[in-house]
Amino acid sequence: MAVVWLISACGGGASGEDGASGEDGGAPGLTGTLEVFAAASLTDAFETLGIDFEAKHPDVEVRLNLAGSSALREQLREGAPADVFASASPEVMDQVEELGLLRSPAQVFARNQLQIAVPADNPGRVEGIGDLARSELAIGLCQAGVPCGDLAREALADAGVTPSIDTNEPDVRALLTKLAANELDAGIVYVTDIEAAAGAVVGLPVVGSPEATYPIGTVVEGSNPEAANAFVEFVLSRQGQNRLTEAGFVAP
Amino acid sequence: MVLAVVGAALFVLPLIGLAVRAPWSALGELLGEPIVTDALRLSLLSSLAAAAISTVLGVPLAWVLSRVEFPGRSLVRALVTLPMVLPPVVGGAALLFALGRRGVVGGPIFDATGFTLPFSFWGVVVANTFVAMPFLVITVEGALRSIDQRYEQAAASLGANPLRVFRQVTLPMIRPSLQAGIVLAWARALGEFGATVTFAGNLQGRTQTLPLAVFVALESDRDTAMAISLLLIAVSLVVLVTFRARWWNTGTGDTSSPTSSARGASAGAAERAAGAAR
Repeated sequence: MAVVWLISACGGGASGEDGASGEDGGAPGLTGTLEVFAAASLTDAFETLGIDFEAKHPDVEVRLNLAGSSALREQLREGAPADVFASASPEVMDQVEELGLLRSPAQVFARNQLQIAVPADNPGRVEGIGDLARSELAIGLCQAGVPCGDLAREALADAGVTPSIDTNEPDVRALLTKLAANELDAGIVYVTDIEAAAGAVVGLPVVGSPEATYPIGTVVEGSNPEAANAFVEFVLSRQGQNRLTEAGFVAP
Repeated sequence: MVLAVVGAALFVLPLIGLAVRAPWSALGELLGEPIVTDALRLSLLSSLAAAAISTVLGVPLAWVLSRVEFPGRSLVRALVTLPMVLPPVVGGAALLFALGRRGVVGGPIFDATGFTLPFSFWGVVVANTFVAMPFLVITVEGALRSIDQRYEQAAASLGANPLRVFRQVTLPMIRPSLQAGIVLAWARALGEFGATVTFAGNLQGRTQTLPLAVFVALESDRDTAMAISLLLIAVSLVVLVTFRARWWNTGTGDTSSPTSSARGASAGAAERAAGAAR
């Protein structure tokens, strides 16, 4: 179910004028395509980062493959040609590293908070995490194994709540879509997803919720290691971090 | 010739890949796990229900499309077959917007009764029916168009009412195609994934059918995923091998028998046309 978005194939002449981006620490003369595998919760932030990166390096074309972190891990395990992998969980990144797929140790670039998301008019009158146990409500979580699903279950266990689950969605954006469509009364997503839903859902805090940690690393299967390094550097740079903060992420 | 081999390889290689990596020795144990048995039960129930609903609604629809001239008939025919080419996820989203609790049709029903289809067993059945029924409709409609309508006319002229004509003259003539259409619709429903996960969600024991279980298990328990995949392939192969002759004229040896059986059917139809009038 991996959807590949092609971010702005705008750069006209794909060859010739190199070195337009010599300043700013980025390696000069980067070319080619850069395959970035990113957790679904990074969708909007990485779309923006990809466009920014292409502006700095006009001869590079960034391609995003967005899915649940565990689905991306399985694609990497089968040899998918990724240059960069950004996961929503250190555990998934560790598993990828154990498979020998990382070029260098991954670095944490962002953190994220869980929130309870309800449709804008809150049809189920949900007030807190305890309401997720109400069987008359339509409740969705990310499936277990996906970072948002594991963290949500951790938060529910911490609160002593046994949720009355109606669906386990494959990734956080699939869950968000059903909340925004008002087919679910409540679900647990990230703060950044509520930002991204632009008013279709509202967030309620999860007191003492576990945080999501996002590591990023370069992948050995990739065919563009220079651009991969430059992209990781860019995500960790001030400009990249500003973009992530705008999307609701917290600096590492 | 080379291209033909490449073409065949495209279908054969994935099966080999699965067969090589499959956990053959633990197969029985894996297929006994609750995630598999729950999904198998749900898949059988929902696909059989979808096949039954497809038959009850699809046969009259095929009859109207083949026998009744009305403005916009080709448009209706195109709409009926749309789910065959539509990405199932799109179909699932469309179902959600129509039949969800805020949907055009689902909204008023929810407000009046509190009943919603999404995230329920019947949501799975609706998603399955949506993708499966077109296969039945086009198979049956094709058969209805190809049979000799004079038998129906004869029966009608001898005084049989339309329902009786259909039951005693038309139905026996299209029986092989109807059976093939039902099986094809059932098989399509059994393999349904995209519309189901989008419209009905994914919950073990309620909406998680075999294809959804494969999808979930691929990320957590590969061996189980491969075991379920083998089960689905086995079922599909049995269906295809059993009904192959019904759908395609395979080889020269088979061509005489459909003709003669059609002749036999025609003769039988003539008798029944007369019988229907008695």
